Amino acid sequence: MSRIAATALRLLGRWLVLAAGMGAWQAWASWRQSPFFPPPSAIAARMYHLWFSGPVSHLLLTPDATGNVLPSLGRVGGGLAIAIAAGLPLGLTLGRSAALSGYLDPILHFGRSLPAVALVTVFIVIFKIGTQMEVAFIAFGTIWPILLNTIDGARSVDRLQAETARAFRLSAGQRLTRLIVPATLPKFFAGLRISVSLSLVLMVIAELTGSSNGIGYEMNAASSGLDLTGLWAGIVLLGILGYVLNAAVLGIERHLLAWHRGARMLTN
Amino acid sequence: MSNESGVPSRARDVLAATWARGLVGVAAFLVLAEVLGRSGAISQSVLPLASTVLARAVGLAGNPRFLGDLAATIEAWAAGLAITVAVAVPCGLVLGSMPGVRTATHAVVEFLRPIPAVALIPLVALILGPGLRMNVTLIVYAAIWPVLFNTIYGVGDVDPVAKETLRAFGFGQLDVVRRVSLPAAAPFILTGIQMASSIAIILNIGTGVVTGRIDGNGIGAFIADANASGGNTALVLAAALWAGVLGLTVNGLLVWSGRRMLPWHRAYLGEQSLREMR
Repeated sequence: MSRIAATALRLLGRWLVLAAGMGAWQAWASWRQSPFFPPPSAIAARMYHLWFSGPVSHLLLTPDATGNVLPSLGRVGGGLAIAIAAGLPLGLTLGRSAALSGYLDPILHFGRSLPAVALVTVFIVIFKIGTQMEVAFIAFGTIWPILLNTIDGARSVDRLQAETARAFRLSAGQRLTRLIVPATLPKFFAGLRISVSLSLVLMVIAELTGSSNGIGYEMNAASSGLDLTGLWAGIVLLGILGYVLNAAVLGIERHLLAWHRGARMLTN
Repeated sequence: MSNESGVPSRARDVLAATWARGLVGVAAFLVLAEVLGRSGAISQSVLPLASTVLARAVGLAGNPRFLGDLAATIEAWAAGLAITVAVAVPCGLVLGSMPGVRTATHAVVEFLRPIPAVALIPLVALILGPGLRMNVTLIVYAAIWPVLFNTIYGVGDVDPVAKETLRAFGFGQLDVVRRVSLPAAAPFILTGIQMASSIAIILNIGTGVVTGRIDGNGIGAFIADANASGGNTALVLAAALWAGVLGLTVNGLLVWSGRRMLPWHRAYLGEQSLREMR
């Protein structure tokens, strides 16, 4: 009985402030009827009508959701996939070659400090407005944390372990999969987490600047139509997407790194 | 063996070699880009020549309109970062030293943090209207998180014995924070401020690119202008180049001033600017 009470108290402590804040917002917004801050209930209702009131056969997604939310997610996924596919091998190569990374280090560090958001118009000129532009833009913007962290991780391979692997005449492939990749993964995931939150930022920027569909496009339309509730719905949806994406990467990271830790303990 | 500057000559040789390699790499990159452009492998109508971009960048250094926009970006960066630090560090100290408050606000923080600040651009533009206020608001929303989380993390890392000792000598909670927690957390806070600083620049430029000149001055507005006047890609790239230089300079200054202010924790500094605290 007291355990239940303690759990209830802990849950209460955890959610009370958020619930109270929401309640206060709801009450204030209903009372003031401020056009800029619609009540949370109105935002939730709008989100439901816009995106989640579709037929069960479409997983409750409305045509609006499949026409705008899914393309946005696809672009984020495509851009990140390219960034990983290019950044991981390149980072491993550069991290294991002091000479090569010596030549490229300044360019890479400058590349990272170049604000990708400034280049969105250049990407529009090169790739024309459309999915290809957004995917390229997101890939360009998200590759830097992945690449630089992978280089860092590959550099940090334990010297003793590397010597041991050589002494036991492990092939280059074995050294890569048994030693270098596992040692790199923690850093790689730290970079990937940054890239994932960056990918949403870049997606929004690209869609606000030039796009014919997507979440950012919808928000632009809501903004020019002075539809504040629609704008809020987009903001909350992006927050939810950011949370889910981050949680997904963390989950994958825990899963993969736990496996590697176990494997390394066995080989020790 | 050490020379006047106190750097051992062997280390200086290594440093010189590093610089030489880096310069060779940059030169090779520029030549390659130039050759690809001149040979027509990359159409010049799509991507301008490296030499054109560099010439434009040099020209911008004497362009009063661009310098005004650069100053506006720096102004928004400075104001945004100052407010961020003034809000996030005290909040982080409270959350870091009072687990009860941290638990209670955890849900709110986890609810607010994943919202990308750029998603707020249209909303804040409507509510606050154009100008510095809108830019600074967006910067603070985006930049507050790394400082807050690094402060919480830094406070959590404080040696409990040091805190207990101070308490045993009769110091109050505030003194413990001021004399132990804050100095110990300072290197972490500085890492957070470094992250916040680059976020502030990126956000200011992103806001300008999206909203254009009507919403105030800045490098982003300059880029939007260059794009509106017939898609001048060379000018956009030149401006972006300066934005990159600005980011590097500001980061270098932060690292340098951090070393001066916190000589006791040199090892922590510059160690990782990409660390994300949770």
